[in-house]
Amino acid sequence: MGESKPEISLEGLRRGDRREFARMVDGYSGPLYRLALKMLGNTSDAEDALQNTFIKAFQHVDKFEGRSSLSTWLYRIASNEALMLLRKRHPETTFSDMAPEDEDIRNYDPVQFADWRYLPEEELLSAEARTVLDRAVAHLPETLRIVFVLRDIEDLSIQETSQVLGLSETAVKTRLLRARLRLREELSSYYGHQVEKRSKK
Amino acid sequence: MSANEHSQCKSLLVFLSDFVDGDLSDELCQEIKSHAAECDDCRIVVDTLRKTISLYHECADEPAEVPGEVRSHLFKTLNLEDFLEK
Repeated sequence: MGESKPEISLEGLRRGDRREFARMVDGYSGPLYRLALKMLGNTSDAEDALQNTFIKAFQHVDKFEGRSSLSTWLYRIASNEALMLLRKRHPETTFSDMAPEDEDIRNYDPVQFADWRYLPEEELLSAEARTVLDRAVAHLPETLRIVFVLRDIEDLSIQETSQVLGLSETAVKTRLLRARLRLREELSSYYGHQVEKRSKK
Repeated sequence: MSANEHSQCKSLLVFLSDFVDGDLSDELCQEIKSHAAECDDCRIVVDTLRKTISLYHECADEPAEVPGEVRSHLFKTLNLEDFLEK
């Protein structure tokens, strides 16, 4: 998150300067690969999404007018690639199953009330806990997951996330809140057990 | 928790993301803080929500790297092998 991105010459890319293209690939493939991995859950699909992202960027760079930043443009291609691949892999999942963001947030009731914040850092970020963190993200419906990954993992602003996904800022905020609340529930369930275990020792 | 208190919990829920991001008006911030001071459940939800986000931020602060073989495969697919040496 928050890695510094290299200055890439858009002129160079449009001219077909391969060196500039290679610099762009090196500058952005880390975060784009992470995004794909979080969305798709396996390295082979993530690699496919990453390749398709740069192939499309290469094909369409002449149409990129620079109205958004290069980073936003690449995130947009990568998000579309990841979502497309996800739907191809799981055609049985229909859109209506995955659009819980339209429900009124006031219908949501938190159920986990363990206060686990003061577990030691090595326990909060143990190898087991990291698996739980990853699994919780994987459990989010894709429409919430993509918003969470862009905003909280890749550190894009609400405005950038809305540009990447072609959503209103209000929709991004609603989905982000839903994603965060769901993750809080899942993490609280795991860390709550850890707190209980400690108190029994 | 009385029904009235519970309805306040519900009405504040919608602002929690903006609250933890520091993007909420002073007035609403104050309302959430006063409510959380009285309502244990809401205080825990706010605190653990903040911690949840900070844990993901901590993990994301670790550099996002592409495994070497993925990078070399990518460069080959894109016909950029001659730039593989950084």
